[in-house]
Amino acid sequence: MADTALVDPATGLTQAQLAARHGLRVAGERPSLAEYSRRLWAYRHFIAAYANAKLVASYSNAKLGQIWQVLTPLTNVAVYYLIFGVVLEQREIPNFIAYLSTGLFIFNFTQTAVLAGIQSISGNLGLIRALHFPRASLPLAATLTQFQQLLASMVVLIAIVLVTGEPITLDWLMLVPALLLHAVFNAGVVMTVARLGAKAGDLKQVMPFILRTWMYGSGVLYSVTLFTRLPEWAATVIQYNPMLVYIELARHALLEQAPVLNGSLVQLWLVALAWALATGIGGFIYFWRGEQEYGRG
Amino acid sequence: MVEHYEASNDATITLPRVEEQIPTEERIPTVVVDDAHVIYRVHKGAGGGTTPVAALRRLIKRTSAPNVREVHAVKGVTFTAYRGEAIGLIGSNGSGKSTILRAIAGLLPVNRGAVYTQGQPSLLGVNAALLNDLSGERNVTLGCLAMGMHPDHVARIAPEIIEFSGINERGDFASLPMRTYSSGMAARLRFSIAAAKKHDVLLIDEALATGDKGFRKRSEKRVRELREGAGTVFLVSHQLSSIRDTCERTIWLESGVLRMDGPTDEVIRAYEAFSNSK
Repeated sequence: MADTALVDPATGLTQAQLAARHGLRVAGERPSLAEYSRRLWAYRHFIAAYANAKLVASYSNAKLGQIWQVLTPLTNVAVYYLIFGVVLEQREIPNFIAYLSTGLFIFNFTQTAVLAGIQSISGNLGLIRALHFPRASLPLAATLTQFQQLLASMVVLIAIVLVTGEPITLDWLMLVPALLLHAVFNAGVVMTVARLGAKAGDLKQVMPFILRTWMYGSGVLYSVTLFTRLPEWAATVIQYNPMLVYIELARHALLEQAPVLNGSLVQLWLVALAWALATGIGGFIYFWRGEQEYGRG
Repeated sequence: MVEHYEASNDATITLPRVEEQIPTEERIPTVVVDDAHVIYRVHKGAGGGTTPVAALRRLIKRTSAPNVREVHAVKGVTFTAYRGEAIGLIGSNGSGKSTILRAIAGLLPVNRGAVYTQGQPSLLGVNAALLNDLSGERNVTLGCLAMGMHPDHVARIAPEIIEFSGINERGDFASLPMRTYSSGMAARLRFSIAAAKKHDVLLIDEALATGDKGFRKRSEKRVRELREGAGTVFLVSHQLSSIRDTCERTIWLESGVLRMDGPTDEVIRAYEAFSNSK
């Protein structure tokens, strides 16, 4: 702090005293966590509008437009089914195409949200430098955009599941809490990578590889029971891998004969809840702590 | 960050009284800048030592990149802005005008000294890009929501903002994506959005210079209204005429140092004499 004492002749106060007397605050000061959460809540309309706008803009250059919301997941499934279902002739898992689509769509939610999240600060510097709003709006909006995309995928998924002959059961309702927990988990991850990505541009280059590795360890394309020669600790890591947990929950909800690895179903839900809370709250606090840095430099 | 302290100046200095001091019946300060120093690191861009091998060597030896240089952009500026004032900031290129605005907006940290503000100042610059893939209308909605307005209020004032910006003067541009706009149109729309809200402190960086004559008239009028609405407006511009039309007080910065602070006419006269003599 400055210890200069330039006294204003009219009031006889130093600049700092003058500021204090009129309740002026240091520019760019970070609000308290409670105040920050309150402001963020006041910006919920902005978050929703921004997420929606991003979704519309993402297909604005394509001729088929919004149809890609459905075509993209379908194409994705087609490619992987060709390799793992047809070429490699996967036989272990019943109803493989539904099994594969569930894993792909759930994982894709995290993957696209993380990739969008890394750039949610660095790609919006213009907006950040021009207007003041809680910056967490941006990563949250990125998550929401992908969540809307996920809902479109879920329509496709339910069609696939029905066509492949799965019965409609009450278990399907469990998909709703499973997706919500997953969304909270994703929001936490996205806020974390948004802060990291704001500082280190290199992360954008590395992230696709991290995500690829994560995908192979999450039993998206095959069952992780194939990993038979892992040491104890690695098996535990895989078992508690949040992505595996969320994928398993979705598969359990929709598919009749889905193999569930994670001990009991209760345990699976508890792990899913723990991941959502820890990551959601942790990511939010981590992002808030960097609030005054965004847009600087 | 480099912390470098000059000879300590903790002696109490009483400024000479300025003639015709307005009888201070409690003028309310909105921005107090106290001996602010801003030093920032700039990347010089491509140059020597940017090959992958050189970058790797730097990583191993843990030396900082050679293409980063520290610029001491603002060197101890002190002033106080009051409610209802419009203040022009003038000076040659690179004199620290935009930097001081960004420090007031809280977007650049001060390395030494302090900047105190009332409420949250809004910086409106020509580079303040909104979402280029979206239509002007949607950008208006988003921008207003981002300023914290309620959706009902936004729906009510959105047509006024479009009208004010004048982007629809040559056909329906409001429904076209912003990337199709000319730079002048985009700047006008951005100004119109930012000016739609009452700001405690509004910082305008060269925004008025981009519009055409009709728009400049409207925007200068709007700046005056904002000021009368008990806000403080800072205007950075190289167009002395627009400063003369909107601001009654002007601060002249040169190489990061405050050269002069006073009534616009006097400061501009001195500045013009200075520029011509160079």
